[in-house]
Amino acid sequence: MPDITKHLQQQINDARTEGHKLAIVGGGSKQFMGREISAQQLDVGGHSGIVDYQPLELVLTVRAGTPLSEIETALAEKNQMLSFEPPYFGDRSTIGGTLACNQSGPGRPWWNSVRDQVLGVNLINSKGEKLRFGGQVMKNVAGYDVSRTQAGAMGTLGVMTEISLKVLPRPAITLTLSREMEHSEAIRFMNARAAEPKPLSGACWLDGTLYLRLSGAQSAVEATAKHWDIPVMADGDTFWQQLRNQQLEFFAGEQPLWRFSINSTAATPPLKGPWLLDWAGSQRWYRGDGEMATMEAHAEKAGGQVSLYRGGDRTGEVMHHQQPALQAIQKRLKNSFDPDALFNPGRLYSWL
Amino acid sequence: MNTDSKPLNTAASKPGKTELAEMFRKFIDPQFVITDEETLKPYECDGLSMYCVMPLLVVLPETVEQVQQVMRLCHQHGVPVVARGAGTGLSAGAMPDAGGVVLSLAKFNRILHIDPLARSARLQSGVRNLAISEAAADFGLYYGPDPSSQIACTIGGNVGENSGGVHCLKYGLTTHNILSVEMVTVDGERVVIGSDGLDSCGMDLLALITGSEGLLGIITEVQVKLLPTPEIARVIMAGFGTVDEAGAAVGGIIAQGIIPAGLEMMDSHAIIAVEAFTGAGYPVEAAALLLCEVDGTKEEVQEHIEKAEALFRDFGATSVRTSKDDAERALLWKGRKNAFPAMGRISPDYYCMDGTIPRAHLGQVLNEMQDMSKRFGLRVANVFHAGDGNLHPLILFDANKEGELERAEAFGSDILELCVKVGGCITGEHGVGVEKIRQMPLQFTDPEIEQLNAVKSAFDPQGTLNPGKGVPTLRNCQEYRAINVKPQAPEVQHA
Repeated sequence: MPDITKHLQQQINDARTEGHKLAIVGGGSKQFMGREISAQQLDVGGHSGIVDYQPLELVLTVRAGTPLSEIETALAEKNQMLSFEPPYFGDRSTIGGTLACNQSGPGRPWWNSVRDQVLGVNLINSKGEKLRFGGQVMKNVAGYDVSRTQAGAMGTLGVMTEISLKVLPRPAITLTLSREMEHSEAIRFMNARAAEPKPLSGACWLDGTLYLRLSGAQSAVEATAKHWDIPVMADGDTFWQQLRNQQLEFFAGEQPLWRFSINSTAATPPLKGPWLLDWAGSQRWYRGDGEMATMEAHAEKAGGQVSLYRGGDRTGEVMHHQQPALQAIQKRLKNSFDPDALFNPGRLYSWL
Repeated sequence: MNTDSKPLNTAASKPGKTELAEMFRKFIDPQFVITDEETLKPYECDGLSMYCVMPLLVVLPETVEQVQQVMRLCHQHGVPVVARGAGTGLSAGAMPDAGGVVLSLAKFNRILHIDPLARSARLQSGVRNLAISEAAADFGLYYGPDPSSQIACTIGGNVGENSGGVHCLKYGLTTHNILSVEMVTVDGERVVIGSDGLDSCGMDLLALITGSEGLLGIITEVQVKLLPTPEIARVIMAGFGTVDEAGAAVGGIIAQGIIPAGLEMMDSHAIIAVEAFTGAGYPVEAAALLLCEVDGTKEEVQEHIEKAEALFRDFGATSVRTSKDDAERALLWKGRKNAFPAMGRISPDYYCMDGTIPRAHLGQVLNEMQDMSKRFGLRVANVFHAGDGNLHPLILFDANKEGELERAEAFGSDILELCVKVGGCITGEHGVGVEKIRQMPLQFTDPEIEQLNAVKSAFDPQGTLNPGKGVPTLRNCQEYRAINVKPQAPEVQHA
């Protein structure tokens, strides 16, 4: 695939002079996230391809529009992986969208998030200038960490064109343990297991069943399974795959999907609908109607934040509100990268 | 941000030292508002003592409210503020401003809460790095990042510098190990960035604050993640006949799918100096030495140690020794941990650099460094966080010999330029501070520098937080380029 940076710069310059706004789209698989906005599409999906991959350095550099599947195929050949297990929403999901929306899967508490694994980004600001922050090395403290700041900014700070990431070896083996357990007992149990020095790489609870994943050296995984004495689940990989890609029955249907990012040990908010607990309790999914303000109060009581992840009213705010001082800082930050307010205006917050 | 505390940044309204001290003494215990030369003296520099400036005064507030009041007053009067933890930094990031206040967080030394089940700890920002792991040890937990100054350095300073340590290949940097910070903004607002959860909505301001060198706000509290203490850790020490072989062996380990907890390399100059200093049993005949620590469950460590030992031999190791117990492990690490003081023994002064390179270029970089060593007439030894490419060349010099300090600085500058040239960066973990501000234009273009300055302005529009550090002004960039960032190597007769 060709490098279309110049073409993207041109479109940004045109948008600025013509006075229209831009909605950045990679594979278009995460259109359901964030707020609804109307703006002209800027297609980054064509800016695709692996730029550099150094397996022995654990470093990968890719264009932002590269599909996750293409990246993971290349990594698998060297027995490596994207450790943050990004969800695929269909086969068009790209690395740029994954970072912009800060999407990480079941292994996140143990194997880091996409934000954590980012080493550098190239982006285009609203003046059409190409900027490069971070780099291809794991330790780099020159300048502010603009690369990781992109995580969750949903494209409001510019158009990412290239991303460098730390990748990891695939674990030698993986084993899933599963047994029935009551909701609040599962919260305690998952956290207690996570506090042990064992090769845990997933901890989830759904519908009265606890699921634990062990990954690593064969000897360590097998010894831990024996030590914890929880039945091994056949075909566990399919469960984690479906959890990662939100293909479990829990995620189906039109009911609003709320994401709580909270203290892993907090009691689950007393709401009537169904819950799914992931990340040993620190990411909890809820299905049901609710008012944003009420959900925020529940999340804060549990030490964290909430977002309306999918469905519901997407014209109002869908992200946990910001403290006024932090809101002011984010507005100024936005203005510093995008003084013309071209990129995804209103996608993250109505005021941004 | 607070809009009613309007800046009054005019010469007429700018209070002098006495007036400022009087204002602070109204709400801070007067003995902790320091104005006399003698008591101010220890604050004139951080761990990089070649950069010294006496501050106007030093304050040691005890509460967040006092920090807020200090910030409000300084903001109103346009007075620069430099935050300071333990002052162990190595880039003059905590060097005072001659017309400003040093805000010491030394009194913020309480561990507020440890939650063993949630595996987190809430700390005031002046808590020492090692104190966290000591307090968490009762619960079988510890704090991951372990910079070599961990006995003294503070968690607030770690956030400011995004500190790493010898275990960050596997366990990450500060940015990977914190959940939230409480920060006082330049105009005295108290904000919390992050939460008990693993991520927050909106832009990732926590990422931006981490490694911001005190330029964006004053950190007063930090919530860190704690990790379960591994069941066991063992270290392999392997000597190699060439640096390239050792470098290849590092790649070999990674290719096996093993992520060591620590993976350190030393060159022969460092090995010899360290062995003479510590007597840890390092192979002094080796051209390069690897220390490879593996941790985890007993079974896992056994499996990985066997693989790694065999692999090192395959890659041509001339000696392989593996720790049998924690005492031997400590002994093998002792040399590496004392590498800097060991240099102090063979040279009156040393200058520690901190570039990062893609590991594939290690051989080339070390060779070019030896050429530079000849050109500048100064010895250089190398210790290297081999797993993550972070290189610490130690340039040996004698500050009492005329021109040696300047030569050491010029040598250092050339090394950093080389790091950038091979795809690396000018600082892996020590920060830019004052020291490397002239090298920033090597790594960043003018529009990038302008953007970094704009980020600063989003937090600190008047630019009173730690001024003159971290990011140069555009005008200075042009100046640095014009006068040629890399001073010419002087002609030196090499004996």
